[in-house]
Amino acid sequence: MTSRLKPKHQRLVLLAVALVALIGAGLLAAWALRSQASYFYVPADIAAAPPPPSQAIRLGGMVEKGSLRTASDGVTVNFIVEDGAAKVPVTYTGIVPSLFVEGSGVVAEGKLGTDGTFVADNLLAKHDETYMPRELEGMTTAQVREDVQATLE
Amino acid sequence: MMAEIGLAALWLAAALALLQLAAGWAGARDPEAPIAALVRPVAVLQGGLCVVAFLALIYVFAVTDLSVKLVAANSHSMKPFIYKVTGAWGNHEGSMLLWITVMALAGGLIAIIERRLPERTMLATLGAQGFVALGFYAFLLLSSNPFERLAQPPAQGNGMNPLLQDPGMAFHPPTLYVGYVGVSVAFSFAVGALLTRAVTPDFARVMRPWVLGAWIFLTLGITAGSYWAYYELGWGGWWFWDPVENAALMPWLAATALLHSASVLAARDALRVWTIMLGVVAFSMSMIGTFLVRSGILTSVHAFAVDPERGSFILALLTIYIGGALVVFALRAGHIAEGKRFAPLSREGALVVNNVALSAILGIVLVGTLYPLLTEAFGVRVSVGPPYFNPVSAIFLLPMLAVLCVGPLLRWRRDEFARIRLPMLIVAGIGLAVLIAVWLVGGIAILPLLGLATAAAVAVASILPLRGRRLTRTPLPVWGMVLAHLGMGVALFGMASDTAFQQERLVAAGVGDTVEVGPWTATLDGIAPVAGPNWTAMQARMHVRYRGGDAQLAQPQSRSFWAPPQETSEVALVTRWNGQLYVAIGNEAQGQGDSGGEAGRWQLRLWWKPFVTFIWLGGLLIALGGVLALTGRVAGDIRRREKVRRIGERRAELRELAA
Repeated sequence: MTSRLKPKHQRLVLLAVALVALIGAGLLAAWALRSQASYFYVPADIAAAPPPPSQAIRLGGMVEKGSLRTASDGVTVNFIVEDGAAKVPVTYTGIVPSLFVEGSGVVAEGKLGTDGTFVADNLLAKHDETYMPRELEGMTTAQVREDVQATLE
Repeated sequence: MMAEIGLAALWLAAALALLQLAAGWAGARDPEAPIAALVRPVAVLQGGLCVVAFLALIYVFAVTDLSVKLVAANSHSMKPFIYKVTGAWGNHEGSMLLWITVMALAGGLIAIIERRLPERTMLATLGAQGFVALGFYAFLLLSSNPFERLAQPPAQGNGMNPLLQDPGMAFHPPTLYVGYVGVSVAFSFAVGALLTRAVTPDFARVMRPWVLGAWIFLTLGITAGSYWAYYELGWGGWWFWDPVENAALMPWLAATALLHSASVLAARDALRVWTIMLGVVAFSMSMIGTFLVRSGILTSVHAFAVDPERGSFILALLTIYIGGALVVFALRAGHIAEGKRFAPLSREGALVVNNVALSAILGIVLVGTLYPLLTEAFGVRVSVGPPYFNPVSAIFLLPMLAVLCVGPLLRWRRDEFARIRLPMLIVAGIGLAVLIAVWLVGGIAILPLLGLATAAAVAVASILPLRGRRLTRTPLPVWGMVLAHLGMGVALFGMASDTAFQQERLVAAGVGDTVEVGPWTATLDGIAPVAGPNWTAMQARMHVRYRGGDAQLAQPQSRSFWAPPQETSEVALVTRWNGQLYVAIGNEAQGQGDSGGEAGRWQLRLWWKPFVTFIWLGGLLIALGGVLALTGRVAGDIRRREKVRRIGERRAELRELAA
């Protein structure tokens, strides 16, 4: 029985239990981060190695000028996200953020369909003049292009 | 003139903080040293000066003194008066001034009322407080001066972020800050006790009200912040696992653990080192929270008033405080005498499990929050969101809630399983019954299913400690525990119910169209422009009916502010006891083009959210539980003090008689 242990030993037991739980939590977190975290993709990443259709990802890039179409239901939008190297068609049903416009940056959360269209559940656009999705911070099409070319080379 | 008065008060207060540190340090070594007598008055004076500075800031905002840089950058003469006042802390500099003011006031309060601790520990505590405050004064005066003047005042200010022009957001940050600062006071107590090795049940009793107070404010702040995000951002969610939300959640988790371990220390003189450790961790979490929110290292939907240049300053403070505290801890922890022992099956045993689980969840949230920052340093951009946080934290949350059902029924020191077998069977039976019933309904994901079952079990179990007690004689802290635990069950029920049963409709509706969502029908009667003090909006007029009942009015708006130019969504909420109808309006539908839709239709998003209000009701119950516990403890302390006084008087009388 632990209760017969000397206080010093009980303290060691408690310490061991706490350490095991915390290390367990750390390992669990590390494992989950490897497998569960929704990773950030730019169109060039998808062209190079598309993620499996079940995997939730974030797709970021620029909304291609002239690509934005509203479907007849009035609430579905289709557009193309590009990064200068590749393009991904995106479909989203919902109310688009007020600063979502062609030629501007966007991060779409969702999954890549089997037909290559990205189905977004959520759009994070430039929220106001000070907010930008972290992944797109300081990103212009030219910079995206450089980034992508640097990774491809 | 007002700005100069504020700045002068701030410099004086900073000088006093330095004096407080020096005098506290000297006093901790020798309480009889003449300089030690200065500590208490200096702490009180410092609090007063901060109040002067803060009032000066409110004044320059209230009169929109545009020659002050901060006002010009964050305010506008056409803003409603209430937001001129709240604008004083709706920005980086002002909120840091608010932080230091609350902290200095807390120091003054300790100096006035706290007489139970050994004098040396008390002086060391106030010295530590001066040390923490000093860093913030340096930060404020050297890199974030709120009173800086402009050589050329602009004709109009920049305006305030419209998302902040909301009653919820006006009072949410101060609430959280009071919580953060309360945690920093607990940290000062921990450092004081470490330095003088006086880690005793008395120390826990002195620290506990401060932890309780901080915890109440953190709970209220998180609850209010969640409700604000729910109705103001227009996306219908109540928790995003956003880094800024996590920044408030992490100190709350640590404070919750600290609260429970301080109870063990106060009641049973066990978990001494662990309690001190949690005091250090809780403060570290509120510092990391400040760092995340204020440094500009991350951009979040809620991160306001950020500036990357200040990041390094806060990071330096963070390193000094956390590193310093850990060094003191490492040097001193070995000298703290052992606490009392206890059996695994006891109240303490359950609280140890609670503490370990809370720490594990804290670790998981911390890792998930910092991981993207870490990978970004190596050029990899990663997003960590609900797919990580929900299941991984649930792995520790569910067993913790199971222990929450058992713990309050156990006796201190040691207990027999047979004594709690019956209540445990009842609770487990109820949980299992709910699990099976909901599972039979079908179509529900595993986490909400487990959540509903656990919520039922927790709610029932939380009331069981009242069994066999005379309710009128039950001490307030017991009521507090019962209510807070019940609140956990209620909030969990709201979260699970909303996740499992919410229904959503997204349509483009013309005037006269009727939309159905769940048991509701909503008819769009018209859309018209409306104007406010500093915005214009398109407002929909709708009547909504619950199961064909009476018509109620819902008027969602899409607002456009002009200073700064930004659009916000003002949703319409129709609240019933069993949930909320949530209506947001989007843009005018661009139906023309390829498939020939007609114009004059508006995007409407409707949600039926069963029992969603229970999330915040639960949060309020948790906070109310804290208030009851705090009231009970403080009243108990006052009674005890009175008793000691009377015994002293009686003794003096007897001595007189004997003489």
